[in-house]
Amino acid sequence: MSTPSGSPPQEPAGRVVLDARDIARALTRISHEILERNKGAEGLVLLGIPTRGVGLAERIAARLAETEGVEVPVGSLDITLYRDDLRRQPARGPQPTSLPAGGIDGRTVVLVDDVLYSGRTVRAALDAMNDLGRPDVVRLAVLVDRGHRELPIRADHVGKNLPSARTERVMVRLQETDGQEGVWIS
Amino acid sequence: MERHLLSIDDLSVDDITTLFATAAEMHDVQRREVKKLPALRGRTVINLFFEDSTRTRSSFEIAGKWLSADTINITGKGSSTSKGESLRDTVLTIASMGVDALVMRHHASGAAHQVAQWIDAAVINAGDGTHEHPTQALLDAYTLTRRLGSLEGRHVVIVGDLTHSRVFRSNIGCLTRLGARVTVVAPPTLMPSGVAAWSAADGFATSYDLDEVLPTADAVMMLRVQRERMSGGFFPSPREYAVGYGLTRDRLATLGPDVPICHPGPMNRGLEIAADAADAAQSAILEQVSAGVAIRMSVLYHLLAGEAS
Repeated sequence: MSTPSGSPPQEPAGRVVLDARDIARALTRISHEILERNKGAEGLVLLGIPTRGVGLAERIAARLAETEGVEVPVGSLDITLYRDDLRRQPARGPQPTSLPAGGIDGRTVVLVDDVLYSGRTVRAALDAMNDLGRPDVVRLAVLVDRGHRELPIRADHVGKNLPSARTERVMVRLQETDGQEGVWIS
Repeated sequence: MERHLLSIDDLSVDDITTLFATAAEMHDVQRREVKKLPALRGRTVINLFFEDSTRTRSSFEIAGKWLSADTINITGKGSSTSKGESLRDTVLTIASMGVDALVMRHHASGAAHQVAQWIDAAVINAGDGTHEHPTQALLDAYTLTRRLGSLEGRHVVIVGDLTHSRVFRSNIGCLTRLGARVTVVAPPTLMPSGVAAWSAADGFATSYDLDEVLPTADAVMMLRVQRERMSGGFFPSPREYAVGYGLTRDRLATLGPDVPICHPGPMNRGLEIAADAADAAQSAILEQVSAGVAIRMSVLYHLLAGEAS
């Protein structure tokens, strides 16, 4: 688990794909897309997938508040217990799941994550949501879509499409969780 | 984490911290409409109980079920052991059915350790004789951390029949690991023999005088007086025990209003704990029960969810 520490963290190796300003612009655009698609902020709930999805969801909510003047509820949805590869690795502790007070029943839920890759995380998130309520609509917003889907899942809002090889690593670092900001590929 | 949970000594401080963090997430499931997580789907957990138990057994059963494991209860009475089968044959038979975990309570100290040598499944000790009851210690400490925050430097007072208490033995290990200062209080007849050397080694204090200790307590843990011991000459009469070592209404008044009162249950009201204390706003007794399910979910999850060894 990475948390901001005393010394400035070292930059990940590789090429910078998005810097702090690119991320800010992408999130602003995603926020506008969400409003456009939903015709306003009515009934919206943002659910971030821990760890970095939660920070991104909060940033999107801040932008929605700026443009629409509406506080959109934000929650976090952990998928650890719903992973399909639980048995292939040592047991990991779950991260917090917290739903906004109004719940998700009948709402338009926008799932927020940092990277969309195989699609398995999103599948797990849909299963997890199934146990928590029944939204009217579920949409998906991601900062980076790097391709290589293994399931029939696509994102509704994408910060950046990033063609990548399977052997490459995509690293997202956010100020609130990592103490630095950017997306790297190596 | 080790493959089995036989003793609180199997757990490092990091393991305990991890178990508590997971338990906190599991705790939320109790408030959900759909109380089900898929993490242990397809796993089989057998509760093998050779001693009477309501809360521990049902707690493990609910924990397993909420994690989607298939959970089956076998009690000593009515099992083949009552027909003369040896413990070894009983557990080997059960293990051969394809079991992933065996939760076991047995009247003999060390039974769970012994069984863990015989079978491949994970063994969880749910109480062995007067030896250990690790999940009870975990849920007690977890309940206290939810009330008090960190236990570092906190003064926990454990009162009651220490000689026969496995809860106390596991609690000492757990609480001292978490940095708590523990004082154990009992009448001389119920203080374990050799407690002086033990308390020096494990770093806890002993006392025969409850009234002297209570004012500095940050938490009080009352142990059950086991009815079957009352005729053993350990104390003259139940009334005398209550006067000397019970958490009476008068003693309750000497406790701070935020001092949690714990009891592993089942309680003998009027004996080791007065109704006023058991039902006080500061009582944590029902929280312990709900924490018990969360802790057992956490233990089952960490022992069973990961990569098969």
